Amino acid sequence: MKLVTAVLKPFKLDDVREALSDIGVSGITVTEVKGFGRQKGHTELYRGSEYVVDFLPKVKVEIALSDDQVEQAVDAIIKAANTGKIGDGKIFVTSLEKVVRIRTGETGAEAL
Amino acid sequence: MDQILELQYALDTFYFLMCGALVMWMAAGFSMLEAGLVRSKNTAEILTKNVALFSISCIMYLVYGYEIMYGGGVMLSGIELDGAASADVLTATVLAESKAAGFDGDSVYSNASDFFFQVVFVATAMSIVSGAVAERMKLWAFLAFAVVMTGFIYPMEGAWTWNGDDVFGLYNLGELGFSDFAGSGIVHMAGAAAALAGVLLLGARKGKYGPNGQINPITGANLPMATLGTFILWMGWFGFNGGSVLKLGDIASANSVAMVFLNTNAAAAGGAIGALIVARLMFGKADLTMLLNGALAGLVAITAEPSTPTALEATLFGLAGGVLVVFSIITLDKMRIDDPVGAISVHGVCGLLGLLLVPLTNDAVSFSGQLIGAATIFGWVFVVSLVVWGVLKAVMGIRVSEEEEYEGVDISECGLEAYPEFTNK
Repeated sequence: MKLVTAVLKPFKLDDVREALSDIGVSGITVTEVKGFGRQKGHTELYRGSEYVVDFLPKVKVEIALSDDQVEQAVDAIIKAANTGKIGDGKIFVTSLEKVVRIRTGETGAEAL
Repeated sequence: MDQILELQYALDTFYFLMCGALVMWMAAGFSMLEAGLVRSKNTAEILTKNVALFSISCIMYLVYGYEIMYGGGVMLSGIELDGAASADVLTATVLAESKAAGFDGDSVYSNASDFFFQVVFVATAMSIVSGAVAERMKLWAFLAFAVVMTGFIYPMEGAWTWNGDDVFGLYNLGELGFSDFAGSGIVHMAGAAAALAGVLLLGARKGKYGPNGQINPITGANLPMATLGTFILWMGWFGFNGGSVLKLGDIASANSVAMVFLNTNAAAAGGAIGALIVARLMFGKADLTMLLNGALAGLVAITAEPSTPTALEATLFGLAGGVLVVFSIITLDKMRIDDPVGAISVHGVCGLLGLLLVPLTNDAVSFSGQLIGAATIFGWVFVVSLVVWGVLKAVMGIRVSEEEEYEGVDISECGLEAYPEFTNK
């Protein structure tokens, strides 16, 4: 099992969710986050003084998947979230040791 | 005839009361403006402060302030009958005076309505202080100052100006050609003078100024709220200036009232556009909070004389206020005088501008009289405030601890958060 973590531009969230639904992904977790990468921040202005906003708003999507779904899911996210401009985000894939469904106590792939 | 005179009395009283109610609503405007321009961790405290200061102003002015300013008696004793033996005698006296004076005479209205109209002005002056010292002052030190300001400092200078008393028996401002129609100086600059004294003893918010002259913006938490507050103040100002005509019950007064409403509105519009354009030229962006301060600056600038300028002059006076306020805010920041909402610039600097513009449209007023009046009001309020803030600082301290300031004064002073973002209930 793998955990796919994607950091995206917020306005791309709906597209990504739909693309994942289309390939049969049954659950995702979304968090509003802030951060910067190559895009860096931008400057804003308040009462005549400029200041730098280092951290830009992004959404973080977490999806637990069985090994055979991973490739397809990553492709779907790339396709849906790509604008071609700087700041589109990143996808991290990590291995997942254990998954438990709280209601039934099922574990492993059954719990996904 | 008697019935028409009674009706005039009733109309003028009604007009006075409604204008007072409009000015009372400015307390809501100040609350929203200030709550919008501070950080969310200081919101509940500034709201508490605004409601409490309004209430303290009302009580202190009733207890002793009105007696100092107009001689209404301690605790307003005898305000209903105005020294007459009974209500019937009072009615007869008023009718006789009205008949003798005709419709062109002085204002005729209930004494109680006069108190009501005056008391909301005191609260306005006090509201100006709260924004400038926001986010770092101890709540109870501020409220202690409010007691002295509204019960003593403001009524003293009010007596010298609107009531025509001699300044400590030395000179008379009215005789020197001083005039302040609705209080650019008496209310607004006075509030700003008290605020400036407080800010100088209090110091800037932590993190506002860095080494090497660096200025770090501390952004307001809620600009829709600040905008609503500005519009509420704009609306309340019609009562502030319109009511200060003091009379509605004859054609000349009614025309004057209409002109005051028109000019007040025009000046606010001029101030907003003045600040908007200056901000765009200087910063390259349409700075909303400067625009809001600009509208208020225009209102303050016209308050000293909204009845004599033409509509165009009123717009230009407002515009001058709006332009001036942006430069004033930047200059105060450079001098490291930290005023989160721009109160000292809006009410103090533009209040002075308003006083100095009066001789341009009102021949009965002299430039020197305006200068002496402004110096008298500012000197009195600033010096006495400095002493009072100094005493409070020595006795109880006026600033919260660094840790409390970092955590936000909502928690340390009020024990709650305005926006509890994470609860498990």
